[in-house]
Amino acid sequence: MIVGAGQAGGETAIRLRQLGYAGPVTLIGEEPLPPYQRPPLSKAYLSGALPLERLLLKPEEAYAEENIVLLKGAPVVWLDRAQKRVRLQGGRELPYETLVLATGSRARALPVAGADLPGVHLLRSAADVDAIRAELGTARRMVVIGAGYIGLETAAVVRKMGLEVTVIEAAPRPLARVTSPEMSGFFLDVHTAAGVRFALSAQAAVIKGDERVRAVGLVDGEEIPCDIVVAGIGIIPETSLAEAAGLHVHNGITVDRFARTSDPAIYAVGDCVSRPLVHYGREGRLESVHNAIEGGKIAAAMIAGQPPPAEEVPWFWSDQYDLKLQIAGLFNGYDETVLRGSPAERSFALFYLKEGRLIALDAVNRGAEFLGGKRLIEKGASVAPAALSDMSKPFKDIMTAALASQ
Amino acid sequence: MPKITYIEASGKEHVIEVPAGQTVMEGAVKHNVPGIDADCGGACACATCHVYVDPAWAGRTGESTGMEQSMLDFANDVEPTSRLSCQIKVTADLDGLVVRLPKSQH
Ligand SMILES: Cc1cc2nc3c(=O)[nH]c(=O)nc-3n(C[C@H](O)[C@H](O)[C@H](O)COP(=O)(O)OP(=O)(O)OC[C@H]3O[C@@H](n4cnc5c(N)ncnc54)[C@H](O)[C@@H]3O)c2cc1C
Ligand code: FES
Repeated sequence: MIVGAGQAGGETAIRLRQLGYAGPVTLIGEEPLPPYQRPPLSKAYLSGALPLERLLLKPEEAYAEENIVLLKGAPVVWLDRAQKRVRLQGGRELPYETLVLATGSRARALPVAGADLPGVHLLRSAADVDAIRAELGTARRMVVIGAGYIGLETAAVVRKMGLEVTVIEAAPRPLARVTSPEMSGFFLDVHTAAGVRFALSAQAAVIKGDERVRAVGLVDGEEIPCDIVVAGIGIIPETSLAEAAGLHVHNGITVDRFARTSDPAIYAVGDCVSRPLVHYGREGRLESVHNAIEGGKIAAAMIAGQPPPAEEVPWFWSDQYDLKLQIAGLFNGYDETVLRGSPAERSFALFYLKEGRLIALDAVNRGAEFLGGKRLIEKGASVAPAALSDMSKPFKDIMTAALASQ
Repeated sequence: MPKITYIEASGKEHVIEVPAGQTVMEGAVKHNVPGIDADCGGACACATCHVYVDPAWAGRTGESTGMEQSMLDFANDVEPTSRLSCQIKVTADLDGLVVRLPKSQH
C-alpha cells in the first residue's frame, strides 16, 4: 500500500510491477488526479502550452492495466501501525502488509493578514495553477512573493504573457537558499532585463484589498499595487501521519539508504523524507524529481526483494525564458567557484569545489557540462580549475582526462 | 493516430498509437513500455530517454538542438541515429516510425 499518489508514489507503484512484483498494489492519493508531474506547473502548464493530460505521469488506465488499484480523492487520516491499517477520510479502513509513505510536501502558507483574499495563491498543485490561470486573462499586475525557483519561473511565464511583475524577496538576493551569489546575480540581471521588478531585502507585511487583492504592503510601509499574488515561500514536508504514528521524524521522515523508516513494515520516499546523502556524508531532505524517482526505485526494489539501484548525485533543473538551468550536486560548503563559458552569451557553467573536489555545478544551456560534471561529482573527482574553465576542449574530454587521473 | 513501434533491447516489440503533438518519449512512458526512463518528463534535462531511430526514418524525425546533441554525447552506446525521444514530436508523417531502445539509460 502506497499513501500519496504523487511523483514518488506513482513511481513506486509502476516500478513494483516492472520488477515483477505480483502482490496487490494500492495507491492512495488525496488529489482528484492520478499521479502527475509538478515541474511543468510553474512552466508549460502555467503558460498553457501543456494540457492536463500531458501533465499526468500515465493515463489513468495505465494503472488498471498494471493491476494497480488507484484511489483518488482519498485522504488518509490515520495510520495504525499496531494493527497495520490506515483509515481514509469518511472512515473506511484498509489493511496493509507493507506501507510506503509518499506524502510529499505542502506549500508554506503566507503568514500575513489578507493571505486569504481572493487573488492570492500558493503554487503546489494543478488545482492551484488552474485557479491562477483562470485569473490571468484579466490580471494586469502580479506580485510574486519569494524569489526561489518556483517564484522566478512564475515571474518568467507571466512576464512573457505581458503582465507587470514585481518579485518580493526577504533575502538580499534571489535564489539565496539554493545557489551562489554569482548565479543569483545572473538571474537577477536576466529577469530585470525582461522587465521584472525586484524588491529585495523586503518582506510582505500585509495583503490589502476588499473583494479581492489590491496591493501588497511591505514591512517598511511601501505598497505594491497588484491584482494577483503568487507566493512561493518554501515547502513543509508532509509528515503528519508519520508523526502521529510515532515514526522517527526530523525535518522529514527519517529513512536509511534503503528507504526504510524506523518501522520495518514502512518505507518512505520523496519530498517527505530526510535520507542519507551518500555523496556528502550527511543526512538531508531533497525537493526534486530525482529524489522522488530514486526513492520510488529503491523502495520498490526492497519490497520486490531485488538489489536497490545506487544513488545518483542529486540533480534538478529550472526553465526560465530561453534558459535551461541544470544543477548537479549540493553546493553548500564550497570554497571555490570556477566559471566556464560566458554568462553574457547565456551559455555557461559554474562549478563549485571544496578542497579541490568538484561538489556541485550550475549549468545554463550547457548539457555536456551538466552530465559530465555530474559524473565527476559522483566519483568525488578532484579537478584543476584551469582544466574546468578551458574552453578550447570539449567538456567530455576534460571529464575523461579528470576521471583517468583519479 | 500515428503508430510507433518501440523495440526493446531484448527484441520485444510494442506497437503504440501516439497522438500527434505528443513526443515519442510520451508514447512509450504512458503505455508502460520499459526501457525509457524519461526522469525529467521531457524537459531535455536528463538524457534518460535515449532511442535509436530506425535508419529508414532517420531523416524524418526533425533536427536535434545543440542542447540535445551535447547531452546525447554522454549517453551509453551512442549511434549515428541516436536521439532523445522527448525531443521528437509525433506528426502524421511519423506514422509507422520504428525506434529501438538501448540496454540501459544510465
Ligand atoms: C511548481 C513546482 C515546480 C517544480 N519544479 C521542479 C523542477 O523543475 N525540477 C525538479 O526536479 N523538481 C521540481 N519540483 C519539485 C518536485 O515536483 C517534487 O520534489 C516532487 O513532486 C516530489 O514528489 P513526491 O511524490 O514526494 O511529492 P508530491 O508530488 O507532492 O506528491 C505527494 C502526494 O501525496 C498526497 N498526500 C499527502 N498526504 C496524503 C494523505 N494523508 N493521504 C493521501 N494522499 C496524501 C498529496 O496530495 C500529493 O498528491 C517542483 C515542484 C513544484 C511544486
Ligand atoms: S525525458 Fe529527460 S531528456 Fe528526455
